[in-house]
Amino acid sequence: MALDLAFIWAGLIAFAVLVYVVLDGFDLGIGILFPFAKTEGDRDLMMNSVAPVWDGNETWLVLGGGGLFAVFPLAYAVVMPALYMPITLMLLALVFRGVSFEYRWRTKRWKRVWDAAFFGGSFLAALCQGIALGALVQGIEIEGRAYAGGWFDWLTPFSVLTGVAVVVGYALLGACWLVLKIEDALNMQMRGYARLLGIATLVLIGLVSLLTPFQDPVYFQRWFSLPGSLWTMIVPVVMLALVWVFFTGLARGSDVTPMLAALGFFVVGFIGLGISFYPMMVPPSLTIWQAAAPESSLAFALVGAVILIPIILAYTAYAYWVFRGKMDPNEGYH
Amino acid sequence: MLADFSAETLARMQFAFTVSFHIIFPAFSIGLASYLAVLNGLWLKTRDETYLTLFQYWKKIFAVAFGMGVVSGIVMSYQFGTNWSVFSDRAGPVVGPLMAYEVLSAFFLEAGFLGIMLFGRARVGERLHMFATVMVALGTLMSATWILSVNSWMQTPAGYSVNADGQFVPEDWWAIVFNPSFPYRLVHMVLAAYLTTALVVGAVGALHLLRNRADPEARRMFSMAMWMAALVTPLQIFAGDAHGLNTLEHQPAKVMAMEGHYDSHPDGAPLILFGIPNAAEKRIDYAVEIPKLSSLILKHDLNAPLDGLDTISDDDEPPVAIVFWSFRIMIALGFAMLGLGVWSLWARWRGRLYDSPLLHRAALAMGPAGFVAVLAGWVTTEVGRQPFTVYGLLRTSDSLAPVDAPAVATSLIAFIVVYFFVFGAGTYYIARMMNKRPGALTIGLADGPIRTAGITPALQTHGPSKESRHGT
Repeated sequence: MALDLAFIWAGLIAFAVLVYVVLDGFDLGIGILFPFAKTEGDRDLMMNSVAPVWDGNETWLVLGGGGLFAVFPLAYAVVMPALYMPITLMLLALVFRGVSFEYRWRTKRWKRVWDAAFFGGSFLAALCQGIALGALVQGIEIEGRAYAGGWFDWLTPFSVLTGVAVVVGYALLGACWLVLKIEDALNMQMRGYARLLGIATLVLIGLVSLLTPFQDPVYFQRWFSLPGSLWTMIVPVVMLALVWVFFTGLARGSDVTPMLAALGFFVVGFIGLGISFYPMMVPPSLTIWQAAAPESSLAFALVGAVILIPIILAYTAYAYWVFRGKMDPNEGYH
Repeated sequence: MLADFSAETLARMQFAFTVSFHIIFPAFSIGLASYLAVLNGLWLKTRDETYLTLFQYWKKIFAVAFGMGVVSGIVMSYQFGTNWSVFSDRAGPVVGPLMAYEVLSAFFLEAGFLGIMLFGRARVGERLHMFATVMVALGTLMSATWILSVNSWMQTPAGYSVNADGQFVPEDWWAIVFNPSFPYRLVHMVLAAYLTTALVVGAVGALHLLRNRADPEARRMFSMAMWMAALVTPLQIFAGDAHGLNTLEHQPAKVMAMEGHYDSHPDGAPLILFGIPNAAEKRIDYAVEIPKLSSLILKHDLNAPLDGLDTISDDDEPPVAIVFWSFRIMIALGFAMLGLGVWSLWARWRGRLYDSPLLHRAALAMGPAGFVAVLAGWVTTEVGRQPFTVYGLLRTSDSLAPVDAPAVATSLIAFIVVYFFVFGAGTYYIARMMNKRPGALTIGLADGPIRTAGITPALQTHGPSKESRHGT
């Protein structure tokens, strides 16, 4: 039996996007929480906690986009023009926040400007990603091999809701990351935020989950018809378990558990989306197999992915390991 | 003002603008990453603190330049889809996997080891730190390799067939990756990146020599940079010539535009040094030319016939004036670099390398020359490929995304405003860092983002005392 390369690649792209969301999620989240830091020292610590890894985190976004271009060129060609505004805004936002990592150390007078750029860029990038997700769930109008809608079709109450959900969710990841990396007052402050953001995130995930089945009858059927719903019900059950782990972890003062549980929210939510989407690449009409590049492209790229992705994961894990442990606020001031 | 332009023109302007801004940073960071690896290697080998100080100095500048390269590069990876979606659909099966390889083999490598190179010396020890530094340099070179393969395939497509949907289908990956113009373009660009960096390093060294001839770090970097200029420029001129002959074989219309040959010359074509291309009359006004020299250079025969643009259909003709001028700018700067290299050799031979203010001023003035030459070279090859995206096969006008002109105009303005603001600030910060002496304890207000705790620098047994003092 021949391997279904398109299916394998859909899994790999989904994996890259998920890794992006959880990794860049917490570092965008730190940007979103930036205005809430009480002192400049806290802001320095917050930024330093992700400075060695943010570039690697963002590379998964390039893999998501580049991978789509490589193996699902038709999906890439349809989705990008459909999401022209949110994607362009996201890219510009990422420009601002990316450079502020270096710039804010290079100036005294303008440090505030780059602090604002770090916050604004992180916030806007997260919002645009959420909006793009919502717009994709709603479905994209295709005619022939091209996008056939207008340049504001992406903007609906539903996509704004998913945008807000992603901003709040990323802020939750950021708060949990800081609980993990930082001690003392900032830890306590972020622990408090994590509880509030956790509640807000779950409410928003709940709202999005309730509305999603109504975006497309196919989704509705997937979730609410027997015997499929016996399987799909596993998703909310696991989610409830994670909710319990998250809040008890926070309450008993654990630094690690809230982060793991919050990452779990995203993984489970992502799987839920996958259940709605499958077998579509771009709902409502473009399937994984229709969007896939010719077999020779899929096979050639897969060889590289199979060899290189494990290596990438290994040295990414190593980079995180090197910079493990709590931050020392005294290191870095002279 | 932008309302007068078509969506196609606006999309082309946007791509030209964003890619031009982007290429400046890799052109610098490819060379600088290798230079950092050399500096760190020399420090480990000789334990001469001058090398370590230089490494620390250029490392911080690298971090800022690299950050700008990353963020402007992410934009590029999405712009194929947002603005050139038909190109993406058609050519994606061929060029997409090459870009995926670039991400997998180069971007992750750079990003994964950059943090360790910048901040991790005290945490991982000298050996692993050196390894990380080499991996970053290797990543920049791998990235150049894949992206030049992509670009070269668009110039000289090979190894493909076309399916019913109009997509290019890969038939022979070896032929695609190693398409006819790829080896030439790769060598030409990597040498250009090395020269660009050498000129910048040389200019910074010269600046500090002009202030103090005895400055040890300034002397070291100026000397290293001038060796590069003297040795690499002749290689580059040779590589450029070979690249030109390859272009003549595969994209003759581009060479006709570069040479300004509107007319065919059956018995030896002149080399037009200067002139004003007149597109309406299809001739070069006020041409200053050397008879038969073009035939000698391109065909190695004074009387060899050379075709002109009169043999190309008007629909397939690239914009002559842009290509004609950008090519001349690149060549002129190339020879200026050669002059600087030769001058430095002569000064070195006379033992006056560090005592020639005139040479130092010239090196300072030549600091940005590499960037201008790189941009001019890319304008030559990209505009010379027009009116096609995939040469001879897919027209630029047929590659466009179905996005309305106002949307493209809005995003173009946003890119222009943001890029000038953000990258203007970054360039200013880099210039300010370069203005500080390498031997000064810090070159910024702080030495950049400072790493987490865990292992204190004092625990280091074989690390450099200097670095611990600096923090970082």
